[in-house]
Amino acid sequence: MTAPADLTVVENEAAQARFDDLIAQDSRIEPRDWMPDAYRKTLIRQISQHAHSEIIGMQPESNWISRAPSLKRKAILLAKVQDEAGHGLYLYSAAQTLGIGREEMMQQLIEGRARYSSIFNYTTPTWADMGAIGWLVDGAAICNQVPLCRASYGPYGRAMVRICKEESFHQRQGFEILLELMQGTEAQREMAQDAVNRWYWPSLMMFGPPDDESPNSAQSMAWNIKRFSNDDLRQRFVGMLVPQAEVLGVTLPDPNLAWNEERQAYDMSEIDWTEFHEVLAGRGPANAERLRRRREAHEEGAWVREAAAEYARKQALKQQSAA
Amino acid sequence: MSAETPDLDTRPSAATRSPEDPHGETDPHGDVTVDRVALAEELAGEAAGAGHAASADVAAYALGLGDDALVLAQRLGDWITRAPELEEDVALGNIALDLLGHARSLLHYAGTYDGRSEDDLAYFRDEPEFRNAWLFEQPNGDFAHTIARQLVASTYLVELYRRLEGSTDATLAAIAAKASKEVDYHRDHAIQWTLRLAGGTDESRRRMLRAVEQTWPYVDELFRDDEVVARLAEEGIAPLPSSLRETFDAVIDQVFAEAELARPEGRTAFTVDGRGREGKHTEHLGPLLAEMQVLARVHPGASW
Repeated sequence: MTAPADLTVVENEAAQARFDDLIAQDSRIEPRDWMPDAYRKTLIRQISQHAHSEIIGMQPESNWISRAPSLKRKAILLAKVQDEAGHGLYLYSAAQTLGIGREEMMQQLIEGRARYSSIFNYTTPTWADMGAIGWLVDGAAICNQVPLCRASYGPYGRAMVRICKEESFHQRQGFEILLELMQGTEAQREMAQDAVNRWYWPSLMMFGPPDDESPNSAQSMAWNIKRFSNDDLRQRFVGMLVPQAEVLGVTLPDPNLAWNEERQAYDMSEIDWTEFHEVLAGRGPANAERLRRRREAHEEGAWVREAAAEYARKQALKQQSAA
Repeated sequence: MSAETPDLDTRPSAATRSPEDPHGETDPHGDVTVDRVALAEELAGEAAGAGHAASADVAAYALGLGDDALVLAQRLGDWITRAPELEEDVALGNIALDLLGHARSLLHYAGTYDGRSEDDLAYFRDEPEFRNAWLFEQPNGDFAHTIARQLVASTYLVELYRRLEGSTDATLAAIAAKASKEVDYHRDHAIQWTLRLAGGTDESRRRMLRAVEQTWPYVDELFRDDEVVARLAEEGIAPLPSSLRETFDAVIDQVFAEAELARPEGRTAFTVDGRGREGKHTEHLGPLLAEMQVLARVHPGASW
């Protein structure tokens, strides 16, 4: 005789075995597949953080839409910031397939309970920041995100394929802004170098703490969510930047940066993780400002969302009574 | 793309792939292609049909329409990161981008008359040289005000560009043909929101009524004829603005009937004597231009 309770245990074990098999075969987990709670929670945390980063990341760039120095640059910047809103939307949808609502995620963000990439807590005082963000921040994002296109959770991987294509266009645009500035007047060249000086280290910090201090990495790698370690990705990124910096004619602000033939890797100065932790803890130059803007937009737009919901409800009632 | 620009391709391996099979065959999850992406024609600013130089009248006309589009795009761009929901950040951004595209084509064409570029015209003219109608420079206000302004602007632009598609001036006809499809979408967006706000909650209805009331004084200016446009109309180059009024009113009446709104009447109904096409403006244009032009003017002659 098998009691119902035992059946559940047996079923759970079978489900876990199927999940383990799919992971072992490097196959994809889809929304209706059984998955362990911890896997689900990890993904919700990661995907919603990623969505929040896209949404908050619109702010430092939207700062220059009104003042872009040519109509062509204005159009490109508008398109880019609009893409970021679109990326946020795909990612919120991917997270929703895991059973969390968009309103809940938005509340977590505006109440300061959710994280987003701390890079967006830096400010954009000059036009050259539009170039540096594209080249360095979007460049680092691409290095991080290309492997995520192969993440084991299907909806996340598919959202990332679309996002990566657009990000690569953004990075190219950033590079071209800097190239144009470096080929311009003395004042423009200074503006470009200054922006690279300010964004270089924060962009390296985007890969997260060194491998030996990254607590969640091992589990994410075992689940095929993460594919490369933080330090490996950081090395890959620097390897990509060095020749591009030469073409631009900008100096990367690290006197110890050099290729080490023996290690087959770049030597670099120690990253100032104190700053990283300060920004992460909410004490960055613009943390409060970024959240304030998001909260205001959300709160001031409440009457519009309520109107749309009420109108939809009335329309549905009308259709019912007409039927 | 300049030859010295290095490839920013960061894909980890060169798996086989094609546009139909972006995941490639060698990897069950697929590799992503992040190949170079060419700038869309719209962003690169390839001007439609630009072959010949505009005459003085055509240039003046194109400048007015170009300024309408540029100033409205500048206003709408301010909604990005501030819209009531993310879908609206995308939608208003998209509308702004379309309008900016129209502005660039029109200003480019206007500039062929005296050898000025779109950027010379956008960044190095002062306020009295701008020729936009007053409606377009009015502040965003709350979302209802933006929607009321969009409803008027897009309904007018749909009629204008439809008629302009038949212009005897090939460049204007080509610009209008492209813009026509886009402003049709803008009008649809504005109508949908007018219905939702007017028929939603008590608060949204109150806000929509006020917005319509405060927007309406700027409607008449859009349909006023002047000497330049009268000459162009005779040659079949441009429609008389007054001839667009009837269809405009018919569309608005239909939308308002469904939304249970009315064109303002009585005490609240008045018309401002808008003189944008003569370079006279409300107090709102100056700050908008100051912000738009500031960086370009700090570095005159610089390339960006």
